[in-house]
Amino acid sequence: MGLIKKSLLKSLWVFHLPLSPCNNCDIEILDTLTPKYDLERFGIQLVGSIRHADILLVTGVPNYKNWQKLKYLYEQAPKPCFVVAVGTCACGRGVFKDSYNSPANVDEIAPVSAYIPGCPPKPEAIIDGIVKLINILKNAKK
Amino acid sequence: MKKIIPIGPYHPLQEEPEFFKLYVDGETVVDIEIEIGYNHRGIEQISTTKHYDQVTFAVERICGICSTSHPFAYVNAVEDLLGIDIPIRAKYIRSIIGELERLHSHLLWLGLAGHFIGYNTVWMWSWKYRESVCDILELISGNRQHYSMFKIGGVRKDITKELIPQVEKMCNDLVAIFDMFKGAVMDDPVIHARLKGVGVLTKEDAIKYCVVGPTARASGIDIDVRRDDPYAAYGMVEFNIPVLNNGDVFDKAVVRILEMYESIKIINQCLSGLKKEPEGNIETKVDFIQPGEGIGRHEAPRGEVFHYIRSDGSNRPVRHKIRAPSYMNVASNKVAAVGQTISDAAITLAAVDPCYCCTERTTVINLNNKKSILCWNDLIKLSQEKTEKLKNNYAK
Repeated sequence: MGLIKKSLLKSLWVFHLPLSPCNNCDIEILDTLTPKYDLERFGIQLVGSIRHADILLVTGVPNYKNWQKLKYLYEQAPKPCFVVAVGTCACGRGVFKDSYNSPANVDEIAPVSAYIPGCPPKPEAIIDGIVKLINILKNAKK
Repeated sequence: MKKIIPIGPYHPLQEEPEFFKLYVDGETVVDIEIEIGYNHRGIEQISTTKHYDQVTFAVERICGICSTSHPFAYVNAVEDLLGIDIPIRAKYIRSIIGELERLHSHLLWLGLAGHFIGYNTVWMWSWKYRESVCDILELISGNRQHYSMFKIGGVRKDITKELIPQVEKMCNDLVAIFDMFKGAVMDDPVIHARLKGVGVLTKEDAIKYCVVGPTARASGIDIDVRRDDPYAAYGMVEFNIPVLNNGDVFDKAVVRILEMYESIKIINQCLSGLKKEPEGNIETKVDFIQPGEGIGRHEAPRGEVFHYIRSDGSNRPVRHKIRAPSYMNVASNKVAAVGQTISDAAITLAAVDPCYCCTERTTVINLNNKKSILCWNDLIKLSQEKTEKLKNNYAK
């Protein structure tokens, strides 16, 4: 097991990027850190800079004013960086698919490693999604 | 030397994403510029491409924290257009959902306000207790957020008589928690020193900037759509509207805490009203929406939501105008934040009602060499350090 992978599995640090969400997914993400679910006990922590992050959590629909920023953030992230799309909007734009202000899906701008659908996904679903991602990493050859 | 602190670009700490530029001179904020549009999703246009029932779900996605306010105002608008009355049972259920949402929204705000001034325990506690409100909502509607309870002419789901005692108990259990928060805020000298006289919005300014909701009520303006223009069950229940006069952050916090007691009162009266009504009668059937126009209002946790609907007799609205409360409240930061120190800016901007998704996007930029000096985390740290200092002073 390589050093990078070993350290990744121990503590995934998360950067949260709300594109243009309705705040619901963001609340649920924060909820996973508060006493009822308390993800921090597994070493998962929200960080303030993408340069410290292993996971880029994306919520909401990209719009013309902010879709470039997702691209820049992904480019700035130290690799390996896994993009996780949380919520229906980030997975496939939901009701905003036909909006005049939504140029593209999240996965057309940056490669998405895991999709967590739901409007909003429950905190349990978000935890489940991250755990699945960790398991995939664990079983990967490199 | 004048410096600019950009808060944004598209997610500052407020409910709706805006871009704040704080102009600072040394420690003092001298001006503030507000730019919005980073969260524009074209909902008004989308709703003209959906039929009336679908619009209820589309407007629910405007905001996740007040996700019942928009459908509430929207169904009020369509029912105003139709001129119909809905069953009393549906009215009670609507009010219960509206008040439960106010509880969870105010608890959320309280937690974030605690975080900004360095009381992280308050943050964790109030979010923990907020979970029990989410549990009640999940019990009633099947979802923690986005309850999808509303439809034109009534509600989608009934609160059955097996559920009523359970909901009643869960709501009344919350009162002890509010007592605790009230005690924690009212009795702590550090919170008094930290919040009193900070971010003052005078009554004149509040009127000038047309603020609504708790922001207005903390500045001595006695407005509340629930009482002034009763809709749903609000005309049938008794409740008070807490109004305070100082307009500072402390009063904004106290108004919200007092409002939560009133919400519990309304929910209890609605639940006992539900017991008297026959079960199952929860909607008036609507077959056709005639040409015309209607307006609907609702007192959301942040203030008055306004919806306007115009119909040409087809199955889609031709025009749907939405005005959310934060749009007015945010502009009042222009007077509330100016003259404050940077360490007070965080809580002043947050006092209108913050939203989480944004707290890492502030930097202080030195105009001379364009170098970043402070980021949003540093600002919160500054704010927390000030509280710490005050705490130590009081300990002596």
